[in-house]
Amino acid sequence: MLLIHCPYCDETLPEAEFVYAGEAHIARPEDPSTYDDEAWRDFLFIRTNARGRHFERWRHTHGCGRFFNAVRDTVSDRFLLTYRAGEPRPSDAELEELAK
Amino acid sequence: MMTNAATLQDCLAATGLSGPVELRLLPEPARMALRADPAHGNALSGALRLELPTKIGDRANNDGLEVLCLGPDEWVVHTDGEGMAAVQAAFAEIYGEVPHSLVDISDRDIAIELRGAAAETLLSTGCPIDLSRIRPGHGKRTLFDSVQVVLLRDGEDLFRMEVWRSFLPHVWGLLNTANRELEVGL
Ligand SMILES: [Zn+2]
Repeated sequence: MLLIHCPYCDETLPEAEFVYAGEAHIARPEDPSTYDDEAWRDFLFIRTNARGRHFERWRHTHGCGRFFNAVRDTVSDRFLLTYRAGEPRPSDAELEELAK
Repeated sequence: MMTNAATLQDCLAATGLSGPVELRLLPEPARMALRADPAHGNALSGALRLELPTKIGDRANNDGLEVLCLGPDEWVVHTDGEGMAAVQAAFAEIYGEVPHSLVDISDRDIAIELRGAAAETLLSTGCPIDLSRIRPGHGKRTLFDSVQVVLLRDGEDLFRMEVWRSFLPHVWGLLNTANRELEVGL
């Protein structure tokens, strides 16, 4: 079982307490009425599907209940980092440092 | 509310199983879910007449009132029936300045008490977490065999587990079975 660090609880806890909630840092369009069908489809459905480092949302459903963001390697399943919702996306340089 | 627990106790006691851990259903306290912005900590502490814990898992008590911090903006408050009326009145007074939600959830959960040196072992049959990290006087929302529960550790060998009412027969059955297994050394 994966162990995941919740940035709100500040505890590393079993995956069973969490649920995956899709790709992170996808901003809802300010004015969807200006979107044509393709752009709206892309917003709704088109995702990075990264092989390797992936920015994703998780929710600590059976704990503090909060959504937060994580960087996980989809090949190794290793979590590089978790951080609170609303915090900026970490830069590649920061992640390289963590991956060492 | 007491009668509900007593009736259930009668039904569930019929498992006929026993083991090293003393299991019983607790009479229902008044129980409230509080959601509010922790930035209003002072006003919230004032209304509760205790220091509102803001670290997840921490608890505070005063005068029959007990508060457990479940999330950054979420607490569960335990008290008796009269205490609940007082808390509700105090929160009604600050509602204008401190937006919050205070909901009576007394009937939502039923609390199980687990007492005995093997209590932690018994809980570990269904809880995926490292229970030794919950120190006496702390608590946490977690899982017991896929059922969401709130676990409170009152002593090294004393736990309370609050389970949503409809999941209770499942959890109670598992606990009693596992307790029996501990007894016979399985
Ligand atoms: Zn958490």
